[in-house]
Amino acid sequence: MSEHIVSPKIYFAIFAALMIGTTLTVWAAFQNFGPFNIVIALGIATIKATLVVLYFMHARYSPKRTQLVIICSVFWLAIMLALTLSDYDTRSHEMQPGVTRLDLPAPSHFFTA
Amino acid sequence: MHRTGDLYEQFQTLEQQKETATLGMWVFLVTEVLFFGGMFLAYTINRSAFSTAFGIGSNTLDIKLGAGNTVVLIMSSLTMAMAVWSAQVGKKKLVSIFLIATLGLGTVFLGVKAIEYKQKFDHHLIPGHGFDMKYHPAHPVAGDDLKELALEKEEVDKAFAVDPDINFHGQLYFSLYFGMTGLHALHMIIGAGLLIWLIKGSFAGRFTPQYNTPVEVVGLYWHFVDIVWIFLFPLLYLIDRHR
Repeated sequence: MSEHIVSPKIYFAIFAALMIGTTLTVWAAFQNFGPFNIVIALGIATIKATLVVLYFMHARYSPKRTQLVIICSVFWLAIMLALTLSDYDTRSHEMQPGVTRLDLPAPSHFFTA
Repeated sequence: MHRTGDLYEQFQTLEQQKETATLGMWVFLVTEVLFFGGMFLAYTINRSAFSTAFGIGSNTLDIKLGAGNTVVLIMSSLTMAMAVWSAQVGKKKLVSIFLIATLGLGTVFLGVKAIEYKQKFDHHLIPGHGFDMKYHPAHPVAGDDLKELALEKEEVDKAFAVDPDINFHGQLYFSLYFGMTGLHALHMIIGAGLLIWLIKGSFAGRFTPQYNTPVEVVGLYWHFVDIVWIFLFPLLYLIDRHR
């Protein structure tokens, strides 16, 4: 068997990196970076997720076939997000100038909280 | 089905058998990515439309419990990875120990989640008839930090000034919060069931350097659930914290 065994040293190093990422993301949330708060939060989360996929899930040492499947999942997710969001972003302005459809108040009969 | 030892007849080698199993698991995880992706999409659209309500909703969550749970879950991923390693190098006792540790940490995560849900019920933050963002600041219970509560009241009042329909829009945030964390918790419960099955197998000494596919495949699932939480934590807990 030519199976690649990832050593515990690497696992613990990745764990440490994930802990640092968690600390960083909590710290960054309390700073005011304006519109970049969400970019930083998602950036750190993406890096953490990538580390988990590459090392904990052994993607780095997997056959090319498996790696292709992983890349496909990201690709199809990107299609779903990009096409839906661009649709929402461009369509709702037709309803009322300057106001997106979702900004309209909830109908008064909808909830009685 | 006929098999020789651990090798099923349709495979040439154990390595090929394992590669097939992990590929199958990955294909399943692709469908899971798109499944959770739909919820993240609904979240993104609603958050961009009702950012004030989402910010104030997020600020009612307990960041200490959320961050603590993140640490617990990442730790459980580490012990899961170590269980795979133990099986690969043939340390049978360590496999059981690391699997039990993973199950324990997963259970702690779910316990903390239950405490958080209970809090939301107590504070009238469950979408539905009794939902009221103003309820908790006006009705402190024993153990509440009054200074923090006064701050929360101020924030809620400010939010109402910006968006008078915050009690409607806030329900969207909490529907997504319960939907997404609930679905994640359901995955954890299924994962815990799989871990119990693995622990039984490890007690019987089933996992060896030659055959450890079940540990590897359940590990993939467990790490995936971890990744979902890595995105859920900043998106649900950390909106508008700097205000």
